[in-house]
Amino acid sequence: MTVRRIGLFLIRHLDVFLLSVLCATMLLGLFVLYSASAQNFERVLSQFISMLVALALMWAVANVPPQHLMRFAWPTYVAGLLLLVGVALFGEVSHGARRWLHIGVTRIQPSELMKIAVPLMLAWYFEKRERSMKLSDFAVAAVLLLVPVALIAKQPDLGTALLIAASGFYVLFLAGIGWKVIIGLTAVAAALAPVAWSLLHDYQQQRILTLLDPSQDPLGAGYHTIQSTIALGSGGLVGKGWLQGTQAHLDFLPERHTDFIFAVYGEEFGLLGILVLLLLYLLIVARGLYIAANAPSMFGRLVAGSVTLTFGTYAFVNMGMVSGILPVVGVPLPLISFGGTSMVTLLLGFGVLMSVASHPRLVKQ
Amino acid sequence: MTRGTELRNHQRELYYFRVRLTVAGSVALFLFLLLLARFVYVQVVQHEHYMTLAEQNRISIVPIVPNRGLILDRNGAVLAHNYTAFTLEMTPSKLANLEQAINDLSALIEITPKDRKRFKKLLDESHNFESLPIRTRLNDVEIARFAANRYRFPGVEIKARLFRHYPLGQIASHMVGYIGRINDADLDRLEASDELANYRGSDHIGKAGLEQSYEKELHGTTGFEEVETDAGGRAVRTLSRTPPASGNNLTLHADLKLQQVAEQAFGNFRGALVAIEPKTGGVLAYLSKPGFDTNLFVDGIDPQNWDLLNNSPDKPMVNRAMHGQYPPGSTFKPFMALAGLELNKRTPSYGINDPGFYSLPGTSHRYRDWKAGGHGYVDLHKSLVISCDTYYYGLAVDLGIDNIFNFISHFGFGKKTGIDIEGERTGLLPSTEWKMKRFKQKWYVGDTVSVGIGQGYNLATPLQLAVATATIANSGTQMRPQLVRQIENSKTNVITPRPAETVSVLPIKPENMALVRNALVDVTRPGGTAARASAGAPYAMAGKTGTAQVVGMKQGEKYIESRVAERHRDHALFIAYAPADDPKIAIAVLVENGGHGGSTAAPIARAVFDYYLLGKLPARAVTDAADESEHD
Repeated sequence: MTVRRIGLFLIRHLDVFLLSVLCATMLLGLFVLYSASAQNFERVLSQFISMLVALALMWAVANVPPQHLMRFAWPTYVAGLLLLVGVALFGEVSHGARRWLHIGVTRIQPSELMKIAVPLMLAWYFEKRERSMKLSDFAVAAVLLLVPVALIAKQPDLGTALLIAASGFYVLFLAGIGWKVIIGLTAVAAALAPVAWSLLHDYQQQRILTLLDPSQDPLGAGYHTIQSTIALGSGGLVGKGWLQGTQAHLDFLPERHTDFIFAVYGEEFGLLGILVLLLLYLLIVARGLYIAANAPSMFGRLVAGSVTLTFGTYAFVNMGMVSGILPVVGVPLPLISFGGTSMVTLLLGFGVLMSVASHPRLVKQ
Repeated sequence: MTRGTELRNHQRELYYFRVRLTVAGSVALFLFLLLLARFVYVQVVQHEHYMTLAEQNRISIVPIVPNRGLILDRNGAVLAHNYTAFTLEMTPSKLANLEQAINDLSALIEITPKDRKRFKKLLDESHNFESLPIRTRLNDVEIARFAANRYRFPGVEIKARLFRHYPLGQIASHMVGYIGRINDADLDRLEASDELANYRGSDHIGKAGLEQSYEKELHGTTGFEEVETDAGGRAVRTLSRTPPASGNNLTLHADLKLQQVAEQAFGNFRGALVAIEPKTGGVLAYLSKPGFDTNLFVDGIDPQNWDLLNNSPDKPMVNRAMHGQYPPGSTFKPFMALAGLELNKRTPSYGINDPGFYSLPGTSHRYRDWKAGGHGYVDLHKSLVISCDTYYYGLAVDLGIDNIFNFISHFGFGKKTGIDIEGERTGLLPSTEWKMKRFKQKWYVGDTVSVGIGQGYNLATPLQLAVATATIANSGTQMRPQLVRQIENSKTNVITPRPAETVSVLPIKPENMALVRNALVDVTRPGGTAARASAGAPYAMAGKTGTAQVVGMKQGEKYIESRVAERHRDHALFIAYAPADDPKIAIAVLVENGGHGGSTAAPIARAVFDYYLLGKLPARAVTDAADESEHD
């Protein structure tokens, strides 16, 4: 009796369907990681622990009602913004970019925090303006979005900046920004593209050029894409088998347990394996959109929709980069790539999603 | 606002939201399908292409260098063999600062200034991406020390290599030759002969002597290993292996002990010795003194030793036996005698009264005999035994230069003998045609006179003299001189003897041949010029002494050996064969600045004969005791 009650208490605010698909994907990820890390069991264990921590945090967030989560929105956003300013001023340079900030004992990457803070902030803002949304509200929201994006792009971390911009844009889009505005902005962006190009760092320009023709620099910028495409292509329909990928195990694949883990997966499990993974991702996105569609509040709808679409974007960008149709940007494959931070950020997002799904709206007084 | 409108607004809002959500979801689905299309294209349509690329990535072909064939003497004693040793090799193209890397290495492993110089020289001669040895023959301690510090030295490796070793170094250096690192000229040659593929992985190639001329036999066939490599190029595992085929083994006619006896008999003299088995042409001993340590060349010689060898006044690098050209002196007389008899210019009984000089009819110039006052009555037999010059001055003039050229060239003078190593020179047998070509001058009778005693324009290599001597020993049948007796196929172990090759059979009347051969036996008997050297021999020896002038004497000047600087002393020559009635060995000995053939060159031949025919080792090394009483 008590066991059943504890069980019920534990899953009361969890979306069992979503949780099942997430866990299935993460389990698959552990198997791929075992192969991609050259059968390094310690690395797999460390990833497993990250997953448990992330799941615990997800559970905690899921148990907080959306109205309470809303209260965290602007403090988190402001804190994140201050940290970003801190990074710009005192940040630690690593690999030519200023992304990390030392705070006492540990160091943090504030841009990760912004991945969750930006959608929360924008959703909170639109919730406040729900009754009378005007064009000026969208302008304010755009500013709230572009400030952190600009700071992150300046680090420079263009990939993260673009993904955060995307997550913010999803909120604006779902909140109902006019089609004319979207089309207008797209036109302006296209017109400004040459200017933006000239503002890009050399290595960023190189990555985009490389995408157009990887063979022009096969040992330099094109190397990652060429080798990962070879890995995928040589995997064929059914793959070379778990632990049998020659591209992966003979070190031809760079970053193979992090950003390029999808190439290992594709090489060893083939197109059939990829179909399974695509299906898992689509199920997660579908479930997320369903939760958003049925969310009882504006805040819930916007946050759930943004988190879900951002998740899909991550998956798409990573797989597109590994298969050579998108430029190489530092985006991990969600739920599969090795790395505790991205696991925590992702599952915090799903925690919010579950909180929205499991808390009916209180009747307004 | 009423509750109703609020609800309606709410419904409408939700409707718009869901429309937008559907749009976004559709876009997401579309993008995923786009990815799927890309995966289908890469993994199904282009699968073969990428599979090939992946295989090329991982599989590389590694050549396995074959064992070089051995070189053995007739009794199986080793003249050249291989051993495995560890070398420390650097790939200069992978090193940013070569000098720094060498300095760092020298803290771990001893690298002498000599090693550095040798490495510099290799570097200048090397190609891109080649790995070059900085140290060879590492010991276990050095290997362990480097292995522990390997991570500090990218581009530096320890490799197990096969090394060529010549256990006898100096003694057979000019015969066996040596191998050295492949240079650009070698590469061009290999490419032209379509052999480059077989040299993938080989660093060395024969450069001189047998190592050079039998390169095709000795090198072997390179094997290949298909190896799976990682992105760093390190071999992970072997997929398939085609073993190499070792080079074939050469067995020589030469007897190493005989070679050693000859070397010892020379003492400190410079010179050359070639001993031939008359019936087969097999070369029993082949010596050029001084020799040099061929092992120095195997890993690339260091500049210091190179200078030493090149600048030495003893010229150890010159292969005197086939590259040195000397006036044959009196050793030319037996061939002149045969010419006189065969061309009917002399009969056995014809004799002259030797006044000690010869003058051309109607002139006063005196061509002097070596013995002032002359030898008295001299016939053909005596002319050889006491080596009368006057007799041969007259004979030469009577024959005429072109008859001399036509007849004597059959013995191999003036042309290559065709021995199975490279670098042979032709010597010089003069003729009117030659003089016209060379000096644009007609031939004068005066030129002919000294040709009769092997001086003048005459030049011969010791090898040519040995072949000509063997031809007399073989009663006029000339065999091609050959060093290699048989070749053992390393795969099948089938032994293929090299067949003896007859160059020509000279149509010399047996009685003329017998007359000259008898005279040559008497040369070694009391009263002959080589009597002392053959004293006490239990077998009959036949021979002819000779002396070759190094510096010309003025008319009326007397040559006094003790007054002449060592390097200007005459060369001593001796040609011989034994046993006289059934010759088993024919020999030509040249001792540079040795003085008289009878006193310096003949004892060396005796020592070689004694060992070859009797198995007797010489009791003492022959000294350069000059004997004034004996001439040529």
